Amino acid sequence: MLLKVEQVTLTLGDNKVLDRLSLQVPEGDIHSLLGVNGVGKSTLAGLLMGLNGLRPDAGQILLDGADITHSPVTERARRGLTLAWQSPVAFDGLTVRDYLSLSHRNARTDDHNVEEDLRRVGLSPDRYMDRLLDEHLSGGERRRIELAAVVAMRPRLAILDEPDSGIDFLSLDEIAGVIRYLSTQGAAVLLITHREEMALMASQSSLMCAGTILATGEPHAVTAYFRQHCDDCKRPNLPDLARIAHELR
Amino acid sequence: MNSVDHFTALAQAYQLAGGDLAVLQSSQVARLVVSGNQVLETNEMPGVHMQADQMKDGVRVRLRVEPGTVLEQPIHLCFGVVPQEGRQVILSEYDIGEGARVEFVSHCSFPNAVDVLHLMEATVRVGAQAKMVYNEVHYHGPQGGVVTRPKTRASIGPGGHYQAGFRMVQGRIGELDIDFSADLDSGATAEFTTKAYGKGDDRIRVKEVVYLRGAESRGLTKTNIVVVDRAHTEVYTEMHGLAAGSRGHMECTEIVGGQAVARNVPVVLVSDENAKVTHEAAIGSVDRKQIETLMARGLAEDEAVDVVVQGLLR
Repeated sequence: MLLKVEQVTLTLGDNKVLDRLSLQVPEGDIHSLLGVNGVGKSTLAGLLMGLNGLRPDAGQILLDGADITHSPVTERARRGLTLAWQSPVAFDGLTVRDYLSLSHRNARTDDHNVEEDLRRVGLSPDRYMDRLLDEHLSGGERRRIELAAVVAMRPRLAILDEPDSGIDFLSLDEIAGVIRYLSTQGAAVLLITHREEMALMASQSSLMCAGTILATGEPHAVTAYFRQHCDDCKRPNLPDLARIAHELR
Repeated sequence: MNSVDHFTALAQAYQLAGGDLAVLQSSQVARLVVSGNQVLETNEMPGVHMQADQMKDGVRVRLRVEPGTVLEQPIHLCFGVVPQEGRQVILSEYDIGEGARVEFVSHCSFPNAVDVLHLMEATVRVGAQAKMVYNEVHYHGPQGGVVTRPKTRASIGPGGHYQAGFRMVQGRIGELDIDFSADLDSGATAEFTTKAYGKGDDRIRVKEVVYLRGAESRGLTKTNIVVVDRAHTEVYTEMHGLAAGSRGHMECTEIVGGQAVARNVPVVLVSDENAKVTHEAAIGSVDRKQIETLMARGLAEDEAVDVVVQGLLR
């Protein structure tokens, strides 16, 4: 198993944001993570990457058998774990080429070029390589470049936090193509998404609510449950465990 | 040290500051090379006239570009003091004739400075519809033993354009005291861009003033400064919107780390109801999300900070 999250609990202030959460992602697998806003998906992504000094109160995070629960961000990245942010940050004075080259610097292989990575996310190298990665690029463009940077890293596990957010429907195919490409290159993908069609790309899906994984299973069943009961949830973070047990387990 | 040694030492420092040695050798590039108070070389081009007179502690330079002259290559100015101690005063006058278009690249190198004073006083006149771009890059050694005081008074004629960039991001600054101002006629534009990286006990003071005196004139100041350790920076920018349709904007970004201190004082003065001046300033530490984004790509934290800082100062 590439990623094993075991009984992780995280408290921020008085809030138990993650509660005995367990999750497993095998090597090369695409695993989608569904859940309404505020259930802790992005916090989980941040905790797995070690951002903002986040460390669990209890539990363990293992990457390919190595305990990374308390590892710094750089060490996790050099072990092959990376994250594409939902709202990528802008950089003054840094070109797209600089950013992709820096991302590629610690790549696990050197058999590809960063121009190809950019093309893969639907952006023309001629138009974008020498542009600054600053506020003049739209959010959608920055999200695509973020994905290209993840590809450039040749990661073992890529956490993609809503890469489809703010992307028009016609472009979803391109994003899906990148996710499949990562998988064919041997990378596992933990895909956080609200979109059913994206979640269905996965071989496994997990449903998250109240800071924990309520169920993991075949994507059609999980997304169908999500559509019927979570999309219009009247009791956010108060899951009906009996119903879930009945319908999904 | 003879003049050949001075030239060689300055050329080395020039290279360290990112300069291309070929421009100091090409007969097709207008240039002036001054070490201390010695004029080591001048090379004029058609339409460009230079006069450099030695003074006791520096050089007086008169640089005139004939009206209508358009230069393909920038004019290179190379100033510096090679010994550990010294004083260099550069008094300069730039006259850019009507309709001329010219760019200057100025390298100031003090590679060994322990106790060096570098004073520059420039008077700039940009003629009607002329364009002058002036970029000054400093290379200082690791000691921080330089006091640099550049002062410029620029007047820009109708429809003229003046763009001045000042960059001091390599080596230790020591003490920097910038005093720039530009006075704009109708339809003229001026832009000041200043970038500096203070470390140790460096002291940085920047004063930039733009008078939008002519109708429809435009002014912009952009100041990016990073201070770490115990360095201090003070940025004073003033934009005077004095004429109808004039527009000005001041932008200041300062990053502080360690025990460094940064201050920004923008002054906006508008005396015409159809003028508009804006400003924005941000002082803070390096953005944590930027750092963590780069760390998530495998960069060590100090490498990530360096990438962010160098990007801001590029």
